[in-house]
Amino acid sequence: MAKKGDFVGLFLILSSAAAILLALTMIFIYAPREAVMGDVQRIFYFHVASAWVGFFAFFVTFLAGIGYLAGGGRRWDSVASSSAEIGLTFIAMTVITGALWARPVWGVYWTWEPRLTISAVQLLVYVAYGMLRVSVEEPERRARFAAVYGIVAFVTVPLSWFAIRWWRSIHPDILTGGEEMSITPRMAHTLLVSLAAFTLLYVALLRQRVRLERLGDALAYLRSRFERLPR
Amino acid sequence: MNFVRKVWAIVAKDVVAEFHSREVVSAMLVFAVLATLVFSFALDLRGDVARVAAPGILWVTVAFAGTLGLSRSLAREQQSGCIDGLLLAPMDRSVIFFGKAIGNLVFMVVVEVMLLPLCAVLFDVPLLQAGVLIVMGLGTAGYAAIGTLLAGIAVNTRAREVMLPVLLLPLAVPVLIASVRAVSGLLEGGTLADVGSWIGLLVAYDVIVVVVSMLVFGYVLEE
Amino acid sequence: MIQVRDLSKSFGPRKALDRVCLSIGAGECVALMGPNGAGKTTLLRILASLSRPTSGTVHVAGLDPRRDGAEVGRRIGFLSHQTLLYDDLTAEQNLRFYAHLYDLGAASQRVDELLKRVGLDVRRGDRVRALSRGMQQRLAVARAILHHPQVLLLDEPFAGLDLQAVQALASLLEELVEEDCTILMATHSLERGLALGRRVIVLKQGSIVYDRPREVIDSTVFAESYRALTT
Repeated sequence: MAKKGDFVGLFLILSSAAAILLALTMIFIYAPREAVMGDVQRIFYFHVASAWVGFFAFFVTFLAGIGYLAGGGRRWDSVASSSAEIGLTFIAMTVITGALWARPVWGVYWTWEPRLTISAVQLLVYVAYGMLRVSVEEPERRARFAAVYGIVAFVTVPLSWFAIRWWRSIHPDILTGGEEMSITPRMAHTLLVSLAAFTLLYVALLRQRVRLERLGDALAYLRSRFERLPR
Repeated sequence: MNFVRKVWAIVAKDVVAEFHSREVVSAMLVFAVLATLVFSFALDLRGDVARVAAPGILWVTVAFAGTLGLSRSLAREQQSGCIDGLLLAPMDRSVIFFGKAIGNLVFMVVVEVMLLPLCAVLFDVPLLQAGVLIVMGLGTAGYAAIGTLLAGIAVNTRAREVMLPVLLLPLAVPVLIASVRAVSGLLEGGTLADVGSWIGLLVAYDVIVVVVSMLVFGYVLEE
Repeated sequence: MIQVRDLSKSFGPRKALDRVCLSIGAGECVALMGPNGAGKTTLLRILASLSRPTSGTVHVAGLDPRRDGAEVGRRIGFLSHQTLLYDDLTAEQNLRFYAHLYDLGAASQRVDELLKRVGLDVRRGDRVRALSRGMQQRLAVARAILHHPQVLLLDEPFAGLDLQAVQALASLLEELVEEDCTILMATHSLERGLALGRRVIVLKQGSIVYDRPREVIDSTVFAESYRALTT
């Protein structure tokens, strides 16, 4: 393995760092102070952006799973598991920022608001995916089972979304129902930049995590060869 | 037609074996009854509170009892290496999927047949009506299909049966919400048309889940 | 009947089979021996299409188990130290079940014929759970040959059997050899292997280390040579 620098990886890290800085600037300076909720509303940008990545990452896991089963090989499985790991982090951030936002605005940390609920369900799916991977020792089987679960889980997510949405529309939360946030153009710009920055961050992290997987595989292989050597 | 005959052979085999040993249905039934009673005590369910909570308790009980049955049913194939017997036979892997899934559905329905009257009496709710039976059927079908696939995975992991609820329940959210809402609506005096959108969701879930599970089941059975 | 070229199988870093080449003609009866972990079971499972090779080509009865797994199933019979029988069903119910899976015409006659042949006609209505291990194994043989397979794959069929059962099974297998069935039997027992096999192959750590016809083997010294080969 020639020792060359990972230029793409470096570029991704630097550009995502720049994008995040830009997004932070816009969130705290460029975006206006929301009329009703005040400064607390700025969490919204983090919340929505991490939700977007949280779900997008699972879509990538879904695609990578299909790729693996179609004969793709270990590379696809590495992408699937790495994306799931990153997605788990972002969806956890979604749930936490949701709770932090809910408290000052509505007085409670948790409401069964549709978006928050589906994020919680997605969190559970990610956790299940992770637990599954940990419970299977043989690498080929682990990849196969994870791919199957990633595929099946992904197709139920839209159905869960509808179910939760319709459920909450029958009994709208007294607390959150009717509180619509009006979005000004400045807020829209900030949101778009935040989405782009978080997505770029996701890609940068994904690349690093996949590289880490590959190094881990190489290490395991070397270890197994070393253990075979005659004493 | 061969396909149907083989699926039927697998279902019949499971039913006959169950008839002789009674291990799957009895485990599910005992758990279901116990869970229902425990809920009643713990939540102090009487009168109106009971009536409102009934559909939810019914479905939670069915869901958890279902995981017991699904695990047992797949574990039975692992005894004496029988799953190899099925894999060796000259047929598509999907025959095995449908055979096991329908068998699991049958077992869950048997338990529900005994559970519904019990809940109807305990919570004083008119559960024994055609609409409720249809909803139960649709919900159980989807749950059994995806449960069969996931049980096939779970039974091959280190944690075995314990893994199945973890894998299954997050994916069963649509079934749980839709079935409970639909039964609730029917109990409040609604007609099937009133809960039509929930039924539509259940049907969509069933179709999607059956198709996807059937397609990927082969990958689960491979060594 | 059985052609294997450069067959390799790895479970993660562990190599179970290492570029095995093997050719077995129609009607041959081969004893496959070797220590635990040599790869005997792995090889048989790949031939039976129960497992996929990592690389190499396999042909059984003219077909590739990877592509035509179902059709291969029709032409082979598989017997393992596990019975592949349902404990809670009766002997007769088990055979009928498999007869259905194999699309056998005149299933009832075939089931009757086999129950008589393996000497279990009297016990046909008994649950498999109630039969002795020897009888279970005889029933397993009936299951394996139910569909008139051209090839019979046996994985440690004598494991756990008492002397009487061993003799009953051995004479059954002798009959099958007479009937021109191609047989590949993996066994620990040198005695059984030499008694039944017309050709002896020894596998060690995934490679073939010995392959001779039975006639040239002197059974009195074979035990010594076998020990030398396998340590």
